[in-house]
Amino acid sequence: MEQPTIYLDNNATTAVHEDVLAAMNEAASLYGNASSMHAMGREAAVAIEESRQAVRDLIDAQDGAIVFTSGASEANNTVFNLFRERIDLGAKRKRIITTTIEHPSIIETVTHLKEIGYAVDLCPVDNTGRVVLSQMEALLGDDVALVSVMLGNNEIGTIQPVKEIAALAHRHGAYVHSDATQAIGKIEVSMKELDVDYLSLSAHKFYGPKGIGVLALRKGVPFSPFVHGGHQEDGRRAGTYNNTAIIGLGTAARIAQRELPDENKRLWALREMLRVGIEERIPNVVVNGNQEHCLPGTLDVSFPRAEGESILLYLDLEGIMVSTGSACASGSLEPSYVLLASGVDIELAHGSIRFSFGRYNTEDEVRYVLEKLPPIIKRLREMSIR
Amino acid sequence: MNNFMAQWVYSPVVKDHFMNPRNTWNEEEHFEADGVGEVGSLACGDQMQVLIKVKDDKIEDLRWLTYGCASAIASTSMMSTLAIGLPLEEAYFLSPEQITEALGGLPEHKFHCSVLGDKALRAAIDDYLKKSGRENPWQNQVAKVICECKQVTDIRVEELVKSKEATTLEELAEITGYGTVCGKCKPQMALLFDQLQHLYNV
Repeated sequence: MEQPTIYLDNNATTAVHEDVLAAMNEAASLYGNASSMHAMGREAAVAIEESRQAVRDLIDAQDGAIVFTSGASEANNTVFNLFRERIDLGAKRKRIITTTIEHPSIIETVTHLKEIGYAVDLCPVDNTGRVVLSQMEALLGDDVALVSVMLGNNEIGTIQPVKEIAALAHRHGAYVHSDATQAIGKIEVSMKELDVDYLSLSAHKFYGPKGIGVLALRKGVPFSPFVHGGHQEDGRRAGTYNNTAIIGLGTAARIAQRELPDENKRLWALREMLRVGIEERIPNVVVNGNQEHCLPGTLDVSFPRAEGESILLYLDLEGIMVSTGSACASGSLEPSYVLLASGVDIELAHGSIRFSFGRYNTEDEVRYVLEKLPPIIKRLREMSIR
Repeated sequence: MNNFMAQWVYSPVVKDHFMNPRNTWNEEEHFEADGVGEVGSLACGDQMQVLIKVKDDKIEDLRWLTYGCASAIASTSMMSTLAIGLPLEEAYFLSPEQITEALGGLPEHKFHCSVLGDKALRAAIDDYLKKSGRENPWQNQVAKVICECKQVTDIRVEELVKSKEATTLEELAEITGYGTVCGKCKPQMALLFDQLQHLYNV
């Protein structure tokens, strides 16, 4: 029997949707520079503006600006850079607040800012990885310039009360940014409803191409470019327009908006099927994250006495692709910082596995995982110190 | 290197030992050990236990258990195949480099944290000698001098970290005087100290 390939790492990246691929292939001939005044330039510009509108509709950005970037990491860095610049220029508000479980593109940016003398506070989370509003409120003050809180966590899937946080922050006069990268296409994301000032996203997390993302801005909020050198994006981000990628992103945005209601339910059903199956078949497991406020396709599980990388690699040998929260397999040997920040025991943080579902996963695949996973855990536990 | 990384994260030998670990201690097996050694910590993500049977001053048989990543499992498995049959003295001097070489190499960042098998084996031999009331003739020979000026060995540092007599580099300097003469050893000592603190979870 040929070994299947079961991709359950959709929070890392997704396959490009066939319609996105078709649109990008078609766009390959559209090589005009969208900044050029001639016909080919104008043709490219029209396609780019259509994509911009598709993103605007997807996230309900109203009359704010949609700035194309190289991805969410650049979008996030742009936000922190512009507030840093305001602080440098003598703004009265000098403090930045974010949380302990943000994506590395934020955690490492603020760590760097702290090192060179900026005031940054990390709001703690509860044991489900969720920000406690009273703790956020305690950190707020009229010296806070920016509050940045991710919408859905990439590792444990916990959804933050961004709307409530934004209300609190705005009451104190601070601007609000949310990294919505993991939430797009899985839950409804509306800048208007969340009432956030800045929002980041990345195309490759919802079946678009890699290397393209967006920073969306509420109309009238402070802005300063991170990449200087051209008049593209209304002077907000220099660099020749990446026609193909932007068109891919626009197509993915339309699909995501159209399919969201069904996709949300389907992903949650698959995730729950796996969760229930694991709990039935494997003793002593801990499901991480918030089970009520959770991205539908994310399931993060710790298997005490079985280490994450070993589980990942045994699953890989069976054709099942997942990820581990600890960075053991990826360079550093640290356990998952997201789980540690959520107060999870260090051993559990070494043994967590993230299953993340996408539009191409099926119930049969879940059945296959439920057949292969229990003996792997049993075997590792037998080998583990008793 | 890039080629085999594309095939699998580890070498084919590592993969084989990961998939088919040798000499693991099965729960049902009654293994009467003459010496038991345990090293590692959960903080590092690797913890290891080695049980040995000794006959005529040779490792007659060995079993092990480990909580750890693929390279920890494979390196302990490889250690077990290398150690069985060895005279105690040779087993005592089995080095992480030998194990790694036999495995066909390990990624750099995996070397320090996951190759603990030799240390667990040494701890088991220490335990065996202690139980049989014998002197340990090799303990000081296996030591590596880190600070040449003050003759501070890695074993001495390990003792001080393990017993929590030295909880900071400053305390370590106070006790041993390392780094107070030429200062050349400071970076190496800092690295070792860090690893040992991690290892003993102090």
